[in-house]
Amino acid sequence: MALISGVVFGVGLTIAGMLDPSKISGFLDIFGVWDPSLAFVMAGGVVVNAVGHRFVMRRSVPLFAPRFLLPSFASIDRPLLLGSALFGIGWGVSGLCPGPVLGNLLLLPEKMGLFAAIVCGGLWVGRALKQRLEKSRVD
Amino acid sequence: MIINWDSFTPLASLGGGILIGIAALFLMITTGRVMGVSGILSGLFSAGEPKLWRLAFLGGTLLGPLLIYTITGTPIASEMVSDGWLFYGAAFLVGIGTALGSGCTSGHGICGLARFSGRSLVAVITFMTMAVITVYVIRHSGLGG
Repeated sequence: MALISGVVFGVGLTIAGMLDPSKISGFLDIFGVWDPSLAFVMAGGVVVNAVGHRFVMRRSVPLFAPRFLLPSFASIDRPLLLGSALFGIGWGVSGLCPGPVLGNLLLLPEKMGLFAAIVCGGLWVGRALKQRLEKSRVD
Repeated sequence: MIINWDSFTPLASLGGGILIGIAALFLMITTGRVMGVSGILSGLFSAGEPKLWRLAFLGGTLLGPLLIYTITGTPIASEMVSDGWLFYGAAFLVGIGTALGSGCTSGHGICGLARFSGRSLVAVITFMTMAVITVYVIRHSGLGG
């Protein structure tokens, strides 16, 4: 089931133009010659998901798992702000967020292989850092 | 504001976005999981987290574009906008940033906003603002290469 979701996601990214860093960069360049396309990706994805989510949540459990695992943590903290800011800089420089990195991996393995490996390294470091910050808050 | 009409693809982008929304709904109703790529990926490095559904989803994401390429036979546009240490440095920022910030464009952007999560709204505004500033600095300030 997760495989089907992944394929649909990958196809959606491709059709939407999300695999093209120059298109992402053109969307982020609102003070230059602006390509608003990605606002349509966002709008389509969010609206469909928001409407559908209400119907999905009418069920008490998912079809093939014991329960829904939704984030319950609600406070806006420093890791959220710092992490999102760093991600924004990386996204702006490269035009690549994690989904399209994977989507491009088999199409451009020589260009994306090392990039994807470094993203994974960053995830690993960030995860360890976040756990340490959360621990120090509890202590 | 000047619109780039030559590269503007409202219908394809809306259609692709709708598919992305459907993928997120399908993952939620079958596995009960949020479709956030950075979270799915980083869960692979954590002991005790189930791995199979993660690998299946990520494998599908790898295969989807290849499927389109095989069916249409036309190369999929993907033009890089940076190279060298900037390009690979950005990869590290994308990784560490999405791990610290607990999500990326899919998790916070598509799924979080659809659930009206305040954390996700703050995250999206933060990374969008930083990305717009970054592109401005690179393209228009004369500081970028």
